[in-house]
Amino acid sequence: MAEKPKVAFYWCGSCGGCEEAVVDLAEDLLTVAEAVDIVLWPVAMDFKKQDVEALPDGAITASFINGTVRLSEHEEWVKLLRRKSQLVFAFGSCAHLGGIPGLANLSNREEIFRWYYKEGPTVHNPDGHEPTPEFRQNGYAFELPEFWNTARALDQVIEVDYYIPGCPPPAHIVKDAVMALLQGQLPPKGSVLAGSRALCHECPLNETKPEKLLLKDLKRPHEVIPKPDECLLAQGLLCLGPVTRGGCGALCINAHMPCTGCFGPLDHIRDFGAKGLGALASIVDFQDEDDIERALEKIPDPVGTFFKYSLPASLVQRRNMGGKTS
Amino acid sequence: MKGNGEVPRIGVYVCDCGTNIAGKVRVAEVVEFARDLPGVVVAREYKYMCSDPGQDLIKRDIQEYNLNRIVVASCSPLLHEHTFRKATAEGGLNPYLVHHVNIREDVSWVHEDSDEATRKAKAIVHGAVLRVAWQKPLEPQSVPVRDSALVVGGGIAGISAALTLAEAGKQVYLVEREPTIGGHMAKFDKTFPTLDCAACILTPKMTAVKDHPNITLITYAEVEEVDGYVGNFKVKVRKKPRYVHEDRCVGCLECIEACVFKEPRFPNEFDLGLSKRKPVYIPFPQAVPPVVTIDPDTCLYLRFGKCKKTCVEACGDRNAIDFDMKPETLELEVGTIILATGFKTFDPTRTPKYGYGRFPEVYTSLEIERLVNSSGPTGGEVVMRNGQKPKRVGIIHCVGSRDKNTNPWCSKVCCMYSLKLAHLIHERSGAEVYNFYIDMRTPGKGYEEFYNRLAKEGVHLIRGRVAEVTDAPLHPEEEGKLIIRVEDTNIGVVRRIPVDMVVLAVGLEPQPDADEVRRLFNISCSTEGWFLERHPKLAPVETFTDGVFVAGACQGPKDIPETVAQAQAAAANALALMDKGSVEMEPNVARVNEELCSGCHICIGLCPYGAISFNEEKKVAEVNEVLCKGCGTCTAACPSGALSQNLFSDHEVFSEIMGVLL
Repeated sequence: MAEKPKVAFYWCGSCGGCEEAVVDLAEDLLTVAEAVDIVLWPVAMDFKKQDVEALPDGAITASFINGTVRLSEHEEWVKLLRRKSQLVFAFGSCAHLGGIPGLANLSNREEIFRWYYKEGPTVHNPDGHEPTPEFRQNGYAFELPEFWNTARALDQVIEVDYYIPGCPPPAHIVKDAVMALLQGQLPPKGSVLAGSRALCHECPLNETKPEKLLLKDLKRPHEVIPKPDECLLAQGLLCLGPVTRGGCGALCINAHMPCTGCFGPLDHIRDFGAKGLGALASIVDFQDEDDIERALEKIPDPVGTFFKYSLPASLVQRRNMGGKTS
Repeated sequence: MKGNGEVPRIGVYVCDCGTNIAGKVRVAEVVEFARDLPGVVVAREYKYMCSDPGQDLIKRDIQEYNLNRIVVASCSPLLHEHTFRKATAEGGLNPYLVHHVNIREDVSWVHEDSDEATRKAKAIVHGAVLRVAWQKPLEPQSVPVRDSALVVGGGIAGISAALTLAEAGKQVYLVEREPTIGGHMAKFDKTFPTLDCAACILTPKMTAVKDHPNITLITYAEVEEVDGYVGNFKVKVRKKPRYVHEDRCVGCLECIEACVFKEPRFPNEFDLGLSKRKPVYIPFPQAVPPVVTIDPDTCLYLRFGKCKKTCVEACGDRNAIDFDMKPETLELEVGTIILATGFKTFDPTRTPKYGYGRFPEVYTSLEIERLVNSSGPTGGEVVMRNGQKPKRVGIIHCVGSRDKNTNPWCSKVCCMYSLKLAHLIHERSGAEVYNFYIDMRTPGKGYEEFYNRLAKEGVHLIRGRVAEVTDAPLHPEEEGKLIIRVEDTNIGVVRRIPVDMVVLAVGLEPQPDADEVRRLFNISCSTEGWFLERHPKLAPVETFTDGVFVAGACQGPKDIPETVAQAQAAAANALALMDKGSVEMEPNVARVNEELCSGCHICIGLCPYGAISFNEEKKVAEVNEVLCKGCGTCTAACPSGALSQNLFSDHEVFSEIMGVLL
């Protein structure tokens, strides 16, 4: 019997949702576990860094890495896994595009530390301690990973072979990716393993869209109970379905919530947020400046709306903080 | 270097344009720079690339060096892109494998510094070289051109254009918004400089329009909607109800006689209010079509629903009068359109110092045209509003022209018509006439001679811009007169000239609704509001919208001979298009990649030309390539990157930007 392919799972700056996504495979997880030899999975199994280091380079068939690259530790681990792996899969929105933690790029380390360790209303830190890479107490030296100024998508740190999108990736997307790997049916390198068209294509409400889609007004999700049988965008809810890669099966739409774009842009689109903004600007039917003002009030957090999952991977990558960013 | 599959072999041609480019840009340096760019096989400088030997260079090099891409850096592509595409095609390459960039208007003409200009020219050439490698061979689409034309406006321009087209066998629809054709010219008595009778030369043309089997005359109507594209315009015309069936009315005018209003009581628009008409009226005896119109604002029955309707009685069996007539919308399909919507005269109340509207004896020139007209309100007698004949008349030139407070342009016709009016007023009334002018502008065949003739006839010609017209006398001889205060710049003296009658030579302005009209037909206008021709010298009657032409004063002030010449030129251009029978469309159209389109509908509402629709079967957007004008709006908006545009692919655009920035 041939040796089973070795597979690693790793998490960087992550909420743990992507780990749940793996568990969401349910009984299929057993099939996968049967077919592969898991050599690293911090959430579930006790492997150490030395165990991975001990493997020959390229010994791991595929590493599935989720989370944003936020700390020096993340960077060390992903570089190690890159060396040891034949294929690297960026797993979930954070590894794919920077994800929600990537919105921290609107600040830098200094601002983040000041808030979380000093100025935040629930903080009690009279001595004003901040995390530092080295710390000594009672004669013991402690080491902490360094906190980078900028959060990065995985492919901004190492070369990535495939992307599994989603926040988190739905089970069928994960399963299809693993099956493609096991059966040797992976598409060209660099592919995003999901749909090739925007979400509207598979959206059950797309048929209800008017021929000419023009919005007079925008509404926020908490302001309305959407009609279940009409395109959300046509109802004035800012749905990013037209801009977002499909393949999820319109999960949010089926729950009457507009798409927020976790699958990211399509192949030929360089910047998700700019395209989203462009799409919205294309369909608003405003007469004067007041209309525009009124509509913009419905988007209180433009960056968090249009770059919710993709700020680090966007053209601007982060807020310019006058040289204090690196 | 990346490219479109095949290995690029690029020829770069940089034009001196005499000294136009070479006077500022160091062309030889640009050529040296281009020679080292990736894919460039040959780079040359030439004095005039657009000349035959210049084009031959391209053709020869394509053969000799086996070139597959061409870059020409010279003037505006608007001027010569077509030339170089043609040369490229004659050299054996697809014409869309040439890229033409502008280093004249964009560089040498706008930069002072030679170093900067040379640097910019290099950047532009660099962009062109990187871009052209991605260009693909394209085939222009050919669409048929309908053998019919729409002429908008029934003045002398529209009449001339319509007759020329109809004589050539084309079906013509002539749309006029007034109840009759004839325009401004129909109001004139004589025309300068020959003093031949306007009606004698115009009315036969008007009748010819009415009688021509190829002309459908649609009066009292306005164009409401224009759809389609060159060769295949769909036009909606809204015909106002005249409450008289044109086909039944024989023009006997018995209804006018019979109207319950025994006397004409309402201002006659055609006579600019100098005469009165009844609710049922004909603008002037030779109106075409020769039928009456009922004015709903003054007709008792149409206003109050109550009247003895003596007009209907008088009409009798002819049954021409129909008070239930409703507006009607006609749908026309035409291949070409000629706009001849004319001008309006300046409203002199905007220049209050001349007293128009304040002093009854201040007239506009157009009012005087009616007064001296033998079919006008006074039968050609120069009788003032106070019933007297003037003994002295002052004609003030340039009212609403050459004036930074109103209109800065010269209206071109006023000097000549003012001399004509001076002659006619003197001839009809024996009055002494003063003309006040800034500069006497009489260029034109026989025009200066006319001026000399007037000078000999004893008209007083005073060079000076009139300061004001006042009725406040300083001397006994000014009592009861209008006094024209002016600096006579020939003798350097401020003069006060008492007159009985003042004529304001009002200038020409674009029609008040010119902007709506140009939007309707999708053409541009100049800052003043005149319709914009495609090129001021070489395409004076074409517009930037293929198949739409302009003629007459809607394009700028013009006298009658010029207007007629331009109208016939517009007709000739339209004929050339229609007789060719088909037109090649620029293949810069947008396309949908059906594999990528999600059917999100975003592009559909955006397209200004209605070229995109949703294919319900395939669930994707579809571009009608004939309607697409290649504006790029949809391509930029498509959130899936499914739309792309020929000649403007992402590769082409981004590599050009890269080249410029590197």
